[in-house]
Amino acid sequence: MTFTLSAESEKIVDELLTRYPTKRASCLPVLHLCQREQGWISPEVIDYVAKRLDLPTSEVQGIVTFYTMYHQEPVAPNVVWVCRTLSCDLRGGREVQKHLEERFGCHVGGTSKDGKFTLKTAECLAACGQAPMIQVNDEFYENLTLASLDRVIDELAAKTGVKSPSGTPQPGTPEARVRAKTLMGLGEG
Amino acid sequence: MADFPKVLSNRYALPQSWTLKTVEAHGAYSAARQAFTTMKPEQIAAEVKDANIRGRGGAGFPAGVKWSFLPKDSKVAPYLVINADEGEPGTFKDRTIMELDPHRLIEGCLIAMRAIGANVCYIYVRGELVTSIKRLEAAIEEARSRGYIGKQPFGVNHELKIYVHMGAGAYICGEETSLLNSLEGMRGEPRLKPPFPAVKGAFGAPTIVNNVETIASVPDIIRMGGKAWSDQSRLPRDGGTRLYGVSGHVKTPGVYEAPVGLTLRELIYDLGGGMLYAARPLKAVIPGGSSTPVLRPGDLVHAPDEKHPLHPWHGKSHIDVPMGVDTFRALGTMLGTCCAIVMDDSVNMVDVARNLMHFYSHESCGQCTPCREGTGWLHDVLRNLCEGRGSENDAAMLVEIANNMMGNTICAFADGTAMPMLGLLQKFREEFIEAGKRGAPKHTLGATVRGIGFTGGAA
Ligand SMILES: Cc1cc2nc3c(=O)[nH]c(=O)nc-3n(C[C@H](O)[C@H](O)[C@H](O)COP(=O)(O)O)c2cc1C
Ligand code: FES
Repeated sequence: MTFTLSAESEKIVDELLTRYPTKRASCLPVLHLCQREQGWISPEVIDYVAKRLDLPTSEVQGIVTFYTMYHQEPVAPNVVWVCRTLSCDLRGGREVQKHLEERFGCHVGGTSKDGKFTLKTAECLAACGQAPMIQVNDEFYENLTLASLDRVIDELAAKTGVKSPSGTPQPGTPEARVRAKTLMGLGEG
Repeated sequence: MADFPKVLSNRYALPQSWTLKTVEAHGAYSAARQAFTTMKPEQIAAEVKDANIRGRGGAGFPAGVKWSFLPKDSKVAPYLVINADEGEPGTFKDRTIMELDPHRLIEGCLIAMRAIGANVCYIYVRGELVTSIKRLEAAIEEARSRGYIGKQPFGVNHELKIYVHMGAGAYICGEETSLLNSLEGMRGEPRLKPPFPAVKGAFGAPTIVNNVETIASVPDIIRMGGKAWSDQSRLPRDGGTRLYGVSGHVKTPGVYEAPVGLTLRELIYDLGGGMLYAARPLKAVIPGGSSTPVLRPGDLVHAPDEKHPLHPWHGKSHIDVPMGVDTFRALGTMLGTCCAIVMDDSVNMVDVARNLMHFYSHESCGQCTPCREGTGWLHDVLRNLCEGRGSENDAAMLVEIANNMMGNTICAFADGTAMPMLGLLQKFREEFIEAGKRGAPKHTLGATVRGIGFTGGAA
């Protein structure tokens, strides 16, 4: 199976290529686009990017493994990043993590029983004055209490309708596609 | 609370402050117009030099001096690259500029590009900061539609392009040469210096890398004049106002603008609203991001010699020394990003070290052996100490590992790991010895928060 980007995203790639004096400089943004369409960076995505940018697949692979934002495995429609670094830890980051592990029935790195959330830990997300905090997809949720944390998760769970029968993660949600359009410099922001 | 005049952050509170419509009624792009239409590039650079602005990214290098390192005879135009990778633990100031006043950064970019003769600027934004990226891109679009970015900004023949480049999650990409590799589509591994970026940077061309806050200060420097901008500071050779961050155990954590030379006491007890719990006094403060060695309020400045840079504060507490690049270096720490992490007396320092060394071992790029192995080893030893599997000799071992990292690597990441580790060991040695004997009290950091935030009753 080969991976293809939507026609719209292809146009964005064309535009990205004009921004830099080399083709390979578009590698990070193009990978972001692919991940926003498909939900993760599959081997097929790596092949696609390598071909599109005239790079050896091993180079693209090396980039994907270097940066934490690229998911090398399928993830749930919502990726929850709990900040574990010092300022958050001083104000309850660990409690947030524990609470989510209990609620999701999984450990960090795993996906919730209902398949809607993948739980990860993040290093300092530049929100230290609003600790404790989590990032879910593109949004920051700050100054959390256990009650507000539960509310955030409840709302997201209600919005995440697509649930596969097996409970396996569902990459490439429609919402993710919409986000891709507004992000890469061509949308309304 | 002390009320400092707001300069850099004076538009933060306006409704929709990230839109051109709002900020242009409050002076946005007037400094750029002034610079393009009434000043020569050398005059702009001279004002920035007079402003004595020290880089806001952590190293504190004078921006005006850095710009003068660009080769005069280069055949290719230099690049301007903005470091918006904000990732140093405890640091959350650049994000406020990008989210609340992106046009100020864009205006600063325009003026800086004019001064150094650049045609292209890349703003390298940490990938997680999606709101920052969206607002910057929207701001660039607005500025382009007005012609401020384009072929003839303000009627002057100097083509300007500004692009946002989205990072992908790696603290090391804040290091300027790693950032350049990442911009070029490679793994974010730092380069050997020299050559310095000013000579050979992005895509092999001369490049100036500056922090977001450094460049966002440039419009005010032009508007006020370099000297007047500099004189807002309480210190010599370290000018202006800057953004201070305060997080951890204070009542009102946040980002506050104040003159350079504020004291930690003012930051914690005045701007920060004081300690979170009345019954838990200040134990320690990390002054400017996690790589800066810790300070204790009980330590007094010892500088009886009149020529010593800290002599004016002889006999005073470390937290009463004005926060400046030079004063804090003299104090044996660093000013770093000027964002302090405040800890009360319920915190165990072995647990703090474990938390931070987890960060560094996760974020080491792995290129240099002393750093790759050293960070992992430090974290292992500390985890053992925290879980009751340590020994009394571990403190000495931590010192030895840290010493072997210092100065032995390509970039400053390893030093930025070893220095805070050694600082904690020097100032809180008994806690590490005690942990070796008995095990550190488990999860002291988490324990301190029970009752705050979670029950809604902040002190
Ligand atoms: C490990 C490491 C991480 C860094 N992270 C950042 C960062 O996130 N943002 C930043 O502006 N500077 C960071 N720096 C400092 C940059 O290398 C560089 O000094 C700075 O961007 C220069 O801008 P300035 O002179 O305006 O401060 C980092 C340095 C090191 C060694
Ligand atoms: S420590 Fe959590 S955002 Fe900085």
